[in-house]
Amino acid sequence: MDFMALEPSLYTVKSVFILDNDGNRLFSKYYDTELYPSMKEQKNFERNVFNKTHKADNEIAFVEGMTIVYKSSIDLVFYVVGSAQENELMLMVVLNCLFDSLSQILRKNVEKRCLLENLDGVFLVVDEIIDGGVILESDPQQVIQKVNYKADDNPLSEQSVAQHISQKLAKTSTVLQSAKEQIKWSILK
Amino acid sequence: MIKKFDKKDEESGSGSNPFQHLEKSAVLQEARIFNETPINPRRCLHILTKIIYLLNQGEHFGTTEATEAFFAMTRLFQSNDQTLRRMCYLTIKEMANISEDVIIVTSSLTKDMTGKEDVYRGPAIRALCRITDTTMLQAIERYMKQAIVDKVPSVSSSALVSSLHMVKMSYDVVKRWVNEAQEAASSDNIMVQYHALGLLYHLRKNDRLAVSKMLNKFTKSGLKSPFAYCMLIRIASRLLEETEGGHDSPLFDFIEGCLRNKHEMVVYEAASAIVHMPNCTARELAPAVSVLQLFCSSPKAALRYAAVRTLNKVAMKHPSAVTACNLDLENLITDSNRSIATLAITTLLKTGSESSVDRLMKQISSFVSEISDEFKVVVVQAISALCQKYPRKHSVMMNFLSNMLRDDGGFEYKRAIVDCIISIIEENPDSKETGLAHLCEFIEDCEHTVLATKILHLLGKEGPRTPCPSKYIRFIFNRVVLESEAVRAAAVSALAKFGAQNDDLLPSVLVLMQRCMMDSDDEVRDRATFYMNVLQQKQKALNAAYIFNGLTVSVPGLEKSLHQYTLEPSEKPFDMKTVPLATTPITEQKTEIAPIATSKLPEKLAPSRQDIYQEQLAAIPEFQGLGPLFKSSEPVQLTEAETEYVVRCIKHTFAGHMVFQFDCTNTLNDQLLQKVLVQMEPSEAYEVVHYVPAASLPYSQPGSCYSLVRLPEDDPTAVSCTFSCTMKYLVRDCDPNTGEPDDDGYEDEYVLEDLEVTVADHIQKVLKPNFGAAWDEVGDDFEKEETFALASVRTLDEAVGNIISFLGMQPCERSDKVPENKNSHVLFLAGVFRGGHDVLVRSRLALADGVTMQVTVRSKEETAVDVILASVG
Repeated sequence: MDFMALEPSLYTVKSVFILDNDGNRLFSKYYDTELYPSMKEQKNFERNVFNKTHKADNEIAFVEGMTIVYKSSIDLVFYVVGSAQENELMLMVVLNCLFDSLSQILRKNVEKRCLLENLDGVFLVVDEIIDGGVILESDPQQVIQKVNYKADDNPLSEQSVAQHISQKLAKTSTVLQSAKEQIKWSILK
Repeated sequence: MIKKFDKKDEESGSGSNPFQHLEKSAVLQEARIFNETPINPRRCLHILTKIIYLLNQGEHFGTTEATEAFFAMTRLFQSNDQTLRRMCYLTIKEMANISEDVIIVTSSLTKDMTGKEDVYRGPAIRALCRITDTTMLQAIERYMKQAIVDKVPSVSSSALVSSLHMVKMSYDVVKRWVNEAQEAASSDNIMVQYHALGLLYHLRKNDRLAVSKMLNKFTKSGLKSPFAYCMLIRIASRLLEETEGGHDSPLFDFIEGCLRNKHEMVVYEAASAIVHMPNCTARELAPAVSVLQLFCSSPKAALRYAAVRTLNKVAMKHPSAVTACNLDLENLITDSNRSIATLAITTLLKTGSESSVDRLMKQISSFVSEISDEFKVVVVQAISALCQKYPRKHSVMMNFLSNMLRDDGGFEYKRAIVDCIISIIEENPDSKETGLAHLCEFIEDCEHTVLATKILHLLGKEGPRTPCPSKYIRFIFNRVVLESEAVRAAAVSALAKFGAQNDDLLPSVLVLMQRCMMDSDDEVRDRATFYMNVLQQKQKALNAAYIFNGLTVSVPGLEKSLHQYTLEPSEKPFDMKTVPLATTPITEQKTEIAPIATSKLPEKLAPSRQDIYQEQLAAIPEFQGLGPLFKSSEPVQLTEAETEYVVRCIKHTFAGHMVFQFDCTNTLNDQLLQKVLVQMEPSEAYEVVHYVPAASLPYSQPGSCYSLVRLPEDDPTAVSCTFSCTMKYLVRDCDPNTGEPDDDGYEDEYVLEDLEVTVADHIQKVLKPNFGAAWDEVGDDFEKEETFALASVRTLDEAVGNIISFLGMQPCERSDKVPENKNSHVLFLAGVFRGGHDVLVRSRLALADGVTMQVTVRSKEETAVDVILASVG
């Protein structure tokens, strides 16, 4: 908590992660490579944070010497982590921007299934908000505009099934075609 | 493949994770469809998502498979699907470190970054900079410069932020983009402003003047971005701190002005900056405190948290400044966010009155189990501070602490509690027995070895002197039976102390000791055997020397001396007196309020300052054969702070000599000094034997020269002496810019202040944990006593302080603290005189008109006694 250590810098966000309501990682990004360098340490930290925060939606907490702001929605919890000296309100701006952007992309269905169905959109949104720990954009409208992402109306599953069937159909028709040809030639012989 | 997953998904119902059962090999197999023509964007997109998801979950990709997937992915650049392209950028960034030859995509990315599609340009720049190294950066330098000043904000921002990342790696290249960054700073877009400011500061932060100019410009121009304002405030407060600028400077005015900004973020940043400034007056704090007070009633938890955390900080130094907020803080003690409630309570504990303590403690104990360890430590620290402020409240606190000790918690938290209890015991003799009882109970079930040994040590020290020492024996012996080696060894040592101090307990202790000699661990057995034999002698002096007070030598020093001795075996037995003493023990210092953030650095066992000097001096051939270094003094300034040359002196005392180390700094950039030495004229029979000059002293690079002085042998009581010092040197003028000196120089000299050698330079501080035992051990063979009247001293505190600093000895048994409202006091001092003889001083002080002092000195050698009495007189 020593203020002297705070070098003026744009590197504000140490980490961002999204957990489900069992504390499982759905998405996470660590921008400071010195902080929790290994996957094991990261998951431990996430577990620790989750245990401290999932009981009550208190918006802000202080765990392992880190300031953590968070927000939950149905079966998801969104976390933004900064150093102990960081301006808490800056972190809140990042969190709100992340949440609002995702909520718009997911058409207000901010829940696990919908999030996972549009995981590529989540990756892109985070990429537009934070770059290497620097806040790149804080206005959700701007983020949406830059990402220009359209959520699937008909989720991939149905579509791919349709695709599959059409492929199958195409295949049978070629088989039929070739059979016809063969018969034709055999008759001509 | 996909179909299979979907099926499973439907079966397990909604809410389950479609990515849950992904297998890396299967996904990589699927990635082969990247090579199909025509590209199917939807499927490819889905596979890229899976790859990134796996990386995110910590799946390990081998270099070959990663490279294969990466190369397959490059083909997707042929598709024009927007989302797919963006996901390609992400994949490039994610795989930059695990795949080989990622630079293959450079040309595709360069094309996108300069192309017509604005949507691609920003992300392409960021991906490109991620895979670029210094040499390649020069190739794209032209594009980067254009991108920084691009009129599309996202392009400009991306270029600026990427440049910032590159600064670490290629400072010299990015430095050339300052003009472009400058131009970007005047952009209308708030994020571009912010990023440009950040980059400019990073490029200029070592040039104070440039930073100051930049601040001046931006504070006037009025930026629009609240982020940029926060950054400016941080830069300004840093600059203020570095230049030690007064609070009348325009920078301070700027920060204060930000308290009226319309963004809460900026207001808070400014308030926090003011609060953290060193030496702020209450009047300067007032506006900051009042905005924080407003934030306390905000509906936003983060804002309340920020405010109360900062107020807590203020309360540490200026409790009175926060009293105005007491009412608002009271409202927060029931806050549903326990962090906020805890901070509010601990702040109130600092600012409130004694009467509110009970109520607050009750409130906090209702939810202490719900808060995180970090905040529990804050609570303990607040209690610790409170105990010092209101000693009478110690019973309430002790109760509370013992409850906390019983709860679950991590090591840091338990350590804070134990430290706090120990400090209460030391401050309040009344609380000793209850405190020890709580600690005894704690070690019955304590998983932390460090804490258990610490407590056992304390029990050994304090237990034997309580009215009923026998009750602690059971707790200590339980440890011998149940714990790990380190704890058992500590328990044996503690037991020995009981046996040594209390004759009636001795037989039982000996029986227990006997049992410990069967222990499975070497260290425990050795200790038990050793103590057993010492105790059986039943001699006070032995007990004092080997059980109570232990070794006073420095451990690295002992190791070195023993090693030396084994290298050159001699007839003579090894002499303990040749081992350098441990420098002042730091065990008696108070526990400072430690910061909440637990530092992750492991505590290193640094060599003591004296060990470092010993090494340095041993490297100089002239100083060989002086024996071990006995004591090194604190540096003494021989010049004013702001003079041409700055000289400070460190006095090193050896058995028969002294070495004066002069650390000189040349602050003139147009001079090079050579052959620098300090000539010394002693006032007494001291003899300067040798000078070791510093060969050259360039501008602002400190150098050391030495003088060796022999102490008078015929008169060992001549311990004080005044030296007049003159620095002599050869000056060579030089060019201030290049540092190139002229060919010839001239002799010159510079008069320094006089240097005093006092009795304190001949005595090394040594802590005797049990002064009484040490006193008996030395015996009264050379005891002398005299009475003095200290007419000029008005209080006992002042007298104690004077004596300690004059003799340079270690106060023992906390006798440096004079209890309030007392007319008499006894001060115990311990030290070792040059040559290795213990010196003990007991000084009885009585306050009447001035202070009367009766000094009793004991030592094993007469000279030491004489020296002390002579110097006091």
